[in-house]
Amino acid sequence: MASLDDLKKRIASVKSTQKITKAMKMVAAAKLRKAQESAEKGRPYSEKMNNLILNLSNGISDKQNAPKLLLGTGNDKVHLCVIMTSDRGLCGGFNSNIIKKAKSYFSKILDDNKELKIITVGSKGNDQLKRTYGDKIIGNISFKDSKNINYFDADKVGKMVIKKFEDDEFDVCVIFYNQFKNVITQIPQAQYIIPLNNDSEEISSEESYEFEPDEDEILNNLLPKNISTQIFKAMLENSASEQGSRMSAMDNATRNAGEMVDKLTIEYNRSRQAAITKELIEIISGAESL
Amino acid sequence: MSEEFKVEIVNPEKSFLSKEDVVEVIVPAFEGEMGILKDHISIISFLKPGIITILSKSGEDKFFVEDGIAEFRNNNLSILTSSIFNLKNTDKNRILDLIKIAEEESNKTEINDQVKYLIDQKIEVLRSID
Repeated sequence: MASLDDLKKRIASVKSTQKITKAMKMVAAAKLRKAQESAEKGRPYSEKMNNLILNLSNGISDKQNAPKLLLGTGNDKVHLCVIMTSDRGLCGGFNSNIIKKAKSYFSKILDDNKELKIITVGSKGNDQLKRTYGDKIIGNISFKDSKNINYFDADKVGKMVIKKFEDDEFDVCVIFYNQFKNVITQIPQAQYIIPLNNDSEEISSEESYEFEPDEDEILNNLLPKNISTQIFKAMLENSASEQGSRMSAMDNATRNAGEMVDKLTIEYNRSRQAAITKELIEIISGAESL
Repeated sequence: MSEEFKVEIVNPEKSFLSKEDVVEVIVPAFEGEMGILKDHISIISFLKPGIITILSKSGEDKFFVEDGIAEFRNNNLSILTSSIFNLKNTDKNRILDLIKIAEEESNKTEINDQVKYLIDQKIEVLRSID
């Protein structure tokens, strides 16, 4: 059995860990509120953008000559996966969930003898993937320096993806991120951005638009923007998820630390009592033997 | 009964402005300024750098945009833009800064004509603001 002193030290150390996790939980809670707010505020833009593109692509007359960003290259050979993770750890299963989802996708791709390319956003994803898929990673972007998520960061990623598409480096692009449902549930998502996924319900309006300049030019300009917007949306969802996940992880950690302190305190008191009893017995039996 | 329609301006971060009592909106469309009144035909148009003027019952608002898309449908005008600010609460220094940045960009040699045209437009509009 550990000595009294050891127990005392352990209790102190668990208590200070508890303090840290508690503080982290509070910070995460404050950040979560902000992140959630901006995720909600960002939704109208991406929804409107999506509607616009749907309207446009429904109205397009010449489907064969539609921009490649909309329809894809027609091939299905090279898949580019953009994995969005966080830059910091201690957020529970947040990163692992994305990576797990991504890895199952990767092995499916590789089993089909297709080529795989990976871009990681956020350093944690890069850390976890580089051991197994190191040779597949063609880029890593991290936004450690920017405090808040802003559109320009997303635009950077978007431009990179588009440039690679124009250079014919891949046929299909998928982004992986965590969708924020609530504080305890985040759902890892795989979303196709090239070609554009049009399975959301068709807008039934037969109304035709007037275009200025013409349809093709609008689509050509809009589609790259849409990619950045989708990436931005994913980043916002991701950051809300990260904070939510961290908050619940730290909440659990604080509770566990509390339980541990209780257990150790009982053990400490017991062994103190045992020591006292032992001393008393020694004194009494010493006195009796006289 | 009325001649009013709804305007919504959103940027990626948030819904920037939403108004129900708008009478006329003038947007800097790609092929020239365009005034939109109620019951305009459905239209999608790109914006070039310029000033959006919103005339409503409650007064007049002016915004500077660099790019964006305007969509008008069923008497709903949505403007999507990633760069917008209200001219009312912007000080002159910020505008001067923007002019300076734009001028530097315009002097670069590697940009193509279309980009240069847009930047020159931007400078012109910014200069005309005050």
